[in-house]
Amino acid sequence: MNAPVRNRRSPLASVGLHVTLIVTSVIAVFPVLWVLLTSLKPAKYATTTDFVKETTLENYTNLLNDTPFLTWFGNSLLVAGLTTVIGVFIAATTGYAVSRFRFPGKRGLMWTLLITQMFPVAVLIVPIYNIMGTMGLLNQPAGLVITYLTIAVPFCAWMMKGFFDTIPREIDESGYVDGLTPFGTFWRLILPLAKPGIAVTAFYSFITAWGEVAYASAFMVGDENLTLAGGLQKFVNQYGAQWGPMSAASVLIAIPAALVFLFAQRHLVTGMSAGAVKG
Amino acid sequence: MAVDTPSQSVAKAAGDGVTRGRSRGTGDNGGAVRRSLSTHWYAWAMVAPVVAVLGVIIGYPLVRGVYLSFTDANERNVARSIGVNEIPATYEFVGLDNYVDAVTGSQFLATLGWTVLWTVSCVAVTFGLGLALANVLNRRIAGRSLYRMLLILPWAVPGFVSVFAWRFLYDERRGMLNQILSGVGMDGIPWLNDPTWAKFSVIAVNVWLGIPFMMVALLGGLQSIPGELYEAAEMDGASAWQRFRHITMPGLRSVSTTVILLSTIWTFNMFPVIFLLTRGGPGEATQILVTQAYKFSFEISPRDFAQSSTWGVLILVLLMVFAAFYRRVLRKQGEVW
Repeated sequence: MNAPVRNRRSPLASVGLHVTLIVTSVIAVFPVLWVLLTSLKPAKYATTTDFVKETTLENYTNLLNDTPFLTWFGNSLLVAGLTTVIGVFIAATTGYAVSRFRFPGKRGLMWTLLITQMFPVAVLIVPIYNIMGTMGLLNQPAGLVITYLTIAVPFCAWMMKGFFDTIPREIDESGYVDGLTPFGTFWRLILPLAKPGIAVTAFYSFITAWGEVAYASAFMVGDENLTLAGGLQKFVNQYGAQWGPMSAASVLIAIPAALVFLFAQRHLVTGMSAGAVKG
Repeated sequence: MAVDTPSQSVAKAAGDGVTRGRSRGTGDNGGAVRRSLSTHWYAWAMVAPVVAVLGVIIGYPLVRGVYLSFTDANERNVARSIGVNEIPATYEFVGLDNYVDAVTGSQFLATLGWTVLWTVSCVAVTFGLGLALANVLNRRIAGRSLYRMLLILPWAVPGFVSVFAWRFLYDERRGMLNQILSGVGMDGIPWLNDPTWAKFSVIAVNVWLGIPFMMVALLGGLQSIPGELYEAAEMDGASAWQRFRHITMPGLRSVSTTVILLSTIWTFNMFPVIFLLTRGGPGEATQILVTQAYKFSFEISPRDFAQSSTWGVLILVLLMVFAAFYRRVLRKQGEVW
């Protein structure tokens, strides 16, 4: 029984598979690639299909010199970074407690975390907007960070629970035997083992905050306060679109996110397989 | 929010083990009580930050949002400060009026109809294509990891960037798609300016955005199905379709049910695609419930906070009813969730 199934696939079927995969790959990559190519073209060719004629970095230099792009980038970085750090930090202990302990209120908490994922932005946005207005936090990064925690915290806690579940309980028990408190066990033994999980959770909450549109569009006004999601909208309005700077901005926004994504993908795989081996 | 707080009695939980599945020590009863008490203290202390966050920045706004939906609050009658003058709120409690208006008026129902159509088509097409691609990628085929990397690329790009890239392609006069069409001698298509085409276009973009997640999740599910099953089926002479129908589909059940639920909820609430591609237009053709609720409070004047909150609450209720119903159906079929 050594003959694998594929040996019986006809050449025609093989060609069919490759054609399917090539066509779908092109569709998957093309919009992104097209923006990259556009960003490298001089503005006068921006909307033409010929992309080999001339290559220039002028879109990038214009973007960096003549628009508040770097300010938006900094705002996004600040908001997404703070959201991630605070969100993961708060959620980690909860994930551990929910994974390891039975306690009154656990079921209710789990359900709340789950249901919160279903909240449409529409149900919280007006009250939060009004509260932020009252507290003078509109147009402030802090206001956006607090708002994003409503998205990040339930999600992080839920994800962390999953990762802690993959860490064998024997490790906790060895901690107790050595006289560690539950918190000491969590801090000294479990947290270091959960690093891949923390990395992935941090990545997801960072990306969520990095790409959030609704709150950012509603809460932040004025060029110097926008985050990237709001800033990019400045290039495309009803009077026409500035595709040159927009495409350059898109590339600059996507590159770090894509790099972090590839990094986290590896961690996701190792984290899960490590859990499978240990468990 | 229905979060149980540490105020509950610990006595009823005194019998619980310290950790699940842990073998009990030989300690006397008093020790067990003391131990579980101290354990609960730790558990509660550890969840306290999240309970606080949930209560303060989700629970309170939620309660307030529900309250606003029973009032006639708008931009002109909420509490506000102009310069140094504090103007107190003058909006009034109107009971269920907003809800009655919403469900008896045509706007909500029309928007709901399109939102459901949008959700069902997006989820069905994304799932179908994701499943097909996962099946193809699960075969031994040259260049498989390269294909996989290319196919998950849309996932690595922030959503709003991708949506703008699509706006660029869809541009009626100078977008890539219409240039290709005119290249082969066809008329350009008003992708985002004709109600029907706009609906098609937003669905296409959302499917494009959603496939990587769907594909990766289903691929993980496929790889957990033991290969021996297929070998045995093949020895018994099962056709490819029979193998797919009787091995692959049942093997993917738990993954499928989860991703379908998740993508249904996500798509129903998918704000950025609609907002950034069409702003709900042309007219209100592509407006889904979430973007319309947003429009009420942030795009029209005077901002209608009450109506917006009402729609928000209705969306939440619809989704919760859907999730409960979905879960009940699954449970009847013996799925544990």
